[in-house]
Amino acid sequence: MIMADDKDVLRDVWFGRIPACFTLSPEETTEREAEPYYLLLPRVSYLTLVTDKVKKHFLKVMKAEDVEEMWFEYEGTPLKWHYPIGVLFDLHASNTALPWNVTVRFKNFPERDLLHCTSNSVIEAHFMSCIKEADALKHKGQVINDMQKKDHKQLWMGLQNDKFDQFWAMNRKLMEYPTEEGGFRYIPFRIYQTMSDRPFIQKLFRPVSPEGHTLTLGDLLKELFPAAVCAEDEPKRFQVMIHGIEPLLETPIQWLSEHLSHPDNFLHISIIPAPSD
Amino acid sequence: MPSSLLWAVDVYGRVYSLSTAGQQWEHCRDAHLEFKRVTAVQQCCWSIACDHNIYLYVHASDVPIRYQEETYENQRWNPVDGFSDRLLPSDRWQWSDVTGLKHQPLGDFQLPSENWEWEADWYVDENFGGEPTEKGGWTYAIDFPATYTKDKKWNSCVRRRRWIRYRRYKAQDTWVKIPSEQTVSLPDPYNDITCGGWEITEEPRGCLALWAVSLQGKVWFRCGINHHNPEGSVWEEVSVPGEVVQISCGPGDLVWAVLWEGHLLVREGIGRDCLKGSSWVTVESPSPGVGAVHVAVGVNVVWAVTKDHKVWFRRGVNSHNPCGSGWIGMVGEMVMINVGLNDQVWGIGFEDRAVYFRQGVTASELSGKTWKVVSVPRDSERSHSSASASSLQSAGCFFGGEVRLQSQASVLSDADPDTERAGGEMVPTSEIGDAPKPRIPKVTSDSFISELVSDREGQISRRDVPPAGPSIPEEDHIEKEVEDRASPTQVLSPSQSGGVDPQWSNVDLEEAQTHHASGPGDAAETSSLSSVATYNLALEEPYGPDEHPKWAWVSGGGCLVECHTQLNWFNSSTSTALNSSMQAMSLSITPAQTAAWRKQIFEQLSERSKREMENFMHYEQAIEQSVWVKKGTMQWWRDWKPHKWADVQFALEQFSGAEGNKDGILFIYYTFNDEKKYLHVFINEVTILVPVLNDSKHTFAIYTAERTKQRWPIRLAAPTELEMHDWLALLSVSCCDSKGIQGPPSKQAIWSVTCKGDIFVSEPTKELEASPYPTPCDQMFWRQVGGHLRIIESNSLGVVWGIGYDHTAWVHTGGYGGGFFQGLASSTDNIYTQTDVKSVYIYENQRWNPVTGYTNRGLPTDRYMWSDASGLKECTKNNTKPPSPNWTWVSDWTIDYAVSGGTDREGWQYAADFPASYHGNKTLKDFVRRRRWARKCKLTTTGPWQEVPPIPLSDITILPCGPKSTVEQVPLWAISNKGDVLCRLGVTSLTPGGSSWLHVGTDQPFKSISIGAVHQVWAIAKDGSAFYRGSVSAQNVAGDCWYHIPSPTGQKLKQVSVGRTSVYTVDENGNLWYRHGVTPSYPQGSSWEHISNNVRKVSVGPLDQVWIIADKVQGSHSLSCGTVCRRLGVLPMEPKGHSWDYGIGGGWDHITVRGNAVEAPRIMMPFLTDNSSNQTAAGPLQTSNQPEMNGNPVGC
Repeated sequence: MIMADDKDVLRDVWFGRIPACFTLSPEETTEREAEPYYLLLPRVSYLTLVTDKVKKHFLKVMKAEDVEEMWFEYEGTPLKWHYPIGVLFDLHASNTALPWNVTVRFKNFPERDLLHCTSNSVIEAHFMSCIKEADALKHKGQVINDMQKKDHKQLWMGLQNDKFDQFWAMNRKLMEYPTEEGGFRYIPFRIYQTMSDRPFIQKLFRPVSPEGHTLTLGDLLKELFPAAVCAEDEPKRFQVMIHGIEPLLETPIQWLSEHLSHPDNFLHISIIPAPSD
Repeated sequence: MPSSLLWAVDVYGRVYSLSTAGQQWEHCRDAHLEFKRVTAVQQCCWSIACDHNIYLYVHASDVPIRYQEETYENQRWNPVDGFSDRLLPSDRWQWSDVTGLKHQPLGDFQLPSENWEWEADWYVDENFGGEPTEKGGWTYAIDFPATYTKDKKWNSCVRRRRWIRYRRYKAQDTWVKIPSEQTVSLPDPYNDITCGGWEITEEPRGCLALWAVSLQGKVWFRCGINHHNPEGSVWEEVSVPGEVVQISCGPGDLVWAVLWEGHLLVREGIGRDCLKGSSWVTVESPSPGVGAVHVAVGVNVVWAVTKDHKVWFRRGVNSHNPCGSGWIGMVGEMVMINVGLNDQVWGIGFEDRAVYFRQGVTASELSGKTWKVVSVPRDSERSHSSASASSLQSAGCFFGGEVRLQSQASVLSDADPDTERAGGEMVPTSEIGDAPKPRIPKVTSDSFISELVSDREGQISRRDVPPAGPSIPEEDHIEKEVEDRASPTQVLSPSQSGGVDPQWSNVDLEEAQTHHASGPGDAAETSSLSSVATYNLALEEPYGPDEHPKWAWVSGGGCLVECHTQLNWFNSSTSTALNSSMQAMSLSITPAQTAAWRKQIFEQLSERSKREMENFMHYEQAIEQSVWVKKGTMQWWRDWKPHKWADVQFALEQFSGAEGNKDGILFIYYTFNDEKKYLHVFINEVTILVPVLNDSKHTFAIYTAERTKQRWPIRLAAPTELEMHDWLALLSVSCCDSKGIQGPPSKQAIWSVTCKGDIFVSEPTKELEASPYPTPCDQMFWRQVGGHLRIIESNSLGVVWGIGYDHTAWVHTGGYGGGFFQGLASSTDNIYTQTDVKSVYIYENQRWNPVTGYTNRGLPTDRYMWSDASGLKECTKNNTKPPSPNWTWVSDWTIDYAVSGGTDREGWQYAADFPASYHGNKTLKDFVRRRRWARKCKLTTTGPWQEVPPIPLSDITILPCGPKSTVEQVPLWAISNKGDVLCRLGVTSLTPGGSSWLHVGTDQPFKSISIGAVHQVWAIAKDGSAFYRGSVSAQNVAGDCWYHIPSPTGQKLKQVSVGRTSVYTVDENGNLWYRHGVTPSYPQGSSWEHISNNVRKVSVGPLDQVWIIADKVQGSHSLSCGTVCRRLGVLPMEPKGHSWDYGIGGGWDHITVRGNAVEAPRIMMPFLTDNSSNQTAAGPLQTSNQPEMNGNPVGC
């Protein structure tokens, strides 16, 4: 029996798309009514990186003086562009009907909630700093520091142009580790939750216990978010989402880090209340 | 790579082995004695026990050691009785050997030793030179001695028939005593033993040289050891110019010995005709004034140890100069050194008596880099045999002082008191043989469950015994026995051993330390004494329980360590323990792959894609796809004459195709008459990319369907090997993307292998076997899979096996990529290192002249005096390179005696003139002669293949089955490289490697085998005759007997392939034959029908589709040899088809379509085929006499 290869997971993750319907906020001043704009958004990319078309579309119906920096909200919540699109969706809109209805705003930028994003170079800087942070955790930063400038560029261009092969030709070096150690030094991960004001949880966590046991997603959650690990007889209170799926708690955390990390090399885990149906 | 064993003896005489894949010393529990010396080779281990007798341990194998005895029954005709056993007085014996000179009645055949048994009774051989005889097996002649025929004629006056009977060696995986023949004089006990010499000759198979030294310093050579006679036949004394204390024999012709006074002896004159050698040469001790005490030799190395424990390496040693040129002092102080396979070196440290491994020994750096201590624990199982053995030891004890101590010690043992009192007597072998043999799981077995068990044991032992604890289990059984004596009724369990009073050991520890300081020193002074187990029981305990084991002897002659071998011997941390247990399990399938969490992720991801994307595919993509270009410079083999390499610019443009899949165009920009031009190829039209490495250029060939028809690919050369691999990997990914192919090959895949050993795989479409309009096979897309194989076989359940050039068997892991495919073009967790070894041959040619006889001065018209087989190309020993940069030499040039036609003693073959047919003995008419030299080279690569040790194979076949069939156990048959027929047990789609071999007896060696869809097994014997195996079924996997099927008249068959019902064979003259009259009730069929000539190989699939490798195929531009072809017009009622369809080639060696059970859709809309390609309708294969270079880029 030949099962799907782990490589296929990388492709599925990369090519994940969320259908989105962009509508202009009624609070915006327009010259005429704006049609909604439909787009397939790559889960692993960033909102401001892939919405040039959306901007162009709505600018057509607006006066230049009414336009400030574009930002997005979902059901009144401002969407942080510096979280990957898939994370925003999982966190705010899991279990809702598709397409995802995103409201486009050009005024009243919520300075408290969002970072400014004036150009793609801001996204690039954010993306590269994430990769560097992740590699610092995984390999004390040795792999990313050994790369040349053009290699860094290749990672960014791969994401920007949706070039899976180009990106992974370089990214696989970031996913290597010495066999005898059984995994990375620490797993770069972030746990997001809607119920808290904390932006996310991030701590040092090794993939292998001091006794040599492979640690799992369940082990990670037990330490950092015990409420997400429910006993067998309890009703499920939380959903633990990565890329729109709920991996089993016995999934090795190292495998998850290698296969379900976002291009920024972080494993983004969204914890949302379980639907009460 | 299969694991192999390092053997060692500790100072108490216990034998341990350490697997290259293992992490602990396994006690050889079968040894009921204590041993002082072991010498191991891959198939067996010889030893000297403390009773001074020699013992042999033959490793069990799935293929038994069996020997065919034969004798002839002779009869003469007389008018009264007809044929009767009344012969003329001048005639031969009624029962004789084949020559008739030796009287051999059936009753005179005796088993050579008690370790043999008869398989069955005598029976008559009814096969005569590949032809079945009449019942009774008689062959007739006019008179003795004469030519016999199977037909009785009017003048047949005598007849004879051959009786055969098999005997089988039964003493495997156990120590057996080799009886000493010296009954006359006082027994002279053996003191040292060394085994080697297996590289000297191939004939007889498994030939070994065994040398032994007696306590009086005499040297003995054991004659007649070979595969069929593992014990050898007789000891012969070899005279020596002094008293020898130790001897060492390498895998080749090196034998060195150490003299009592510290000089060394080198044996000269060892060759394939004289394993014993002829004379000794003396070599001075490395250090003046300090004599040598120990020597160890390999293929090209000699190591020595002097009395001051210094280690020496001998420079300049090789087959031509066995004495070498000078000594180099090495770092480290050792008591002994042993050289194993690949000239790897082990030693036992003087200070700590630990086993050391010499790291960094390579062919270019034979002296290695550094000593690394082997620190692995010993298994915790207690040895009960060791207790009784301690009394046996006293029996063989030789030295006064020790006898007292040992017999004291033996009182402590719980063995039979009678045996103890018999101190000084030899112990009868029968007792040893009758002793109970505890059964334990063996690490060397290929059942991974037992590996898990033994792994766990190891871990437990480590956990239970803290390193600084008062006792380690290896030592505590002695204390345990003491306790035992004190309270004889007490039954000991492992848990009790922990409760030993620590005072015991503490008291003794002090004593020990004083001895430790002086003991080894004494031993070294008296070198011959040091070789005996000088440590006796009374002194054992002192070696503090927290000390690591003390070793006395180590032998690596059966231990294969290569540069890529990962040894886990040097520290025993938990992470490596985890690794090795993972490795142990991976042969069948990685458990992680079947884990529920993984399945869940795969399932959820595809659900997610469906949920989030399926209904929204009409949405616009957020990121537009753009064109991506990669450029480079290359050389191109010009399409027009004169053909030559031209510099070109090379560019690949990739873009997204209409349906979202990627596509691309390849551009080759060249200049012609100062004008810039280009040639382009659409990536989706490329059918295959073939790497063509040779020693001068890094080239590859690109084929499209059109180029396949022309037999004229685009040939390109990259500036470096690395660039070629980069381009090939990129182009390959690009081609696969354009066709939407990714991931591992499907179960239905068609596999093929080129003559360079490169592996290609093609995904069959439904239309491939459609009738009447199949997809032409030149349109098949082939992608490369890493690895190097000679043969590959598959079936539609996804079981795929291969055989390398060195006959190693490999099983497909389900992965893809490897080799130069990296990153995304390759799977990661199921790619392994693969090695292969093959020989390169050159010929030495000589011409006779009346003055000087044969010389290397030929006629001006003659071929080169050193040439290739054709004589057209000059090939000298110095200028001949390995086939490509991927290969490296691993041996020196040696004369090849295994040439068809036979050779004389120096390897020469004679003929009247070049080129001609050669024969092995010189006649008056011969004026030229030649001999073949061979040199082995080795390739190391990676691929989705895992070795199936240990039996080397020459052919395999796997049951072909329908697309929906479910077979629990997949029948898989194979032929070993010695011609044994084997049946693999435990093969399932989850465990494609299976578990073990079942040997199926035959009366002669076989060379080809094939099993059909309903378990019909056909095979071809070495003599070219066909056999059908009766009664094979799912329940009776091995069947019951062979039926001899006559070959087509005058032809010797070479290969067979059986599909659903069709049976096809290929003979040695390249004819393809179809078996007529095969029905369920008469599966043997009735006659052979000729189908085609120029056929090299055939593969018949589960749909009865017939594919071949054709020898010569003419294309529109060129001719190609080794071409994949498919039979057209094969229908259920017309299994023979009508014509050939030509696919990829030349340079192809093997194809298997036995996985492709994809039946074409029943209802087919007839569509127009490209009728302009008149090849499809071509009749018999055409040949041409104008082969051009491009037709066979891969080479044949």
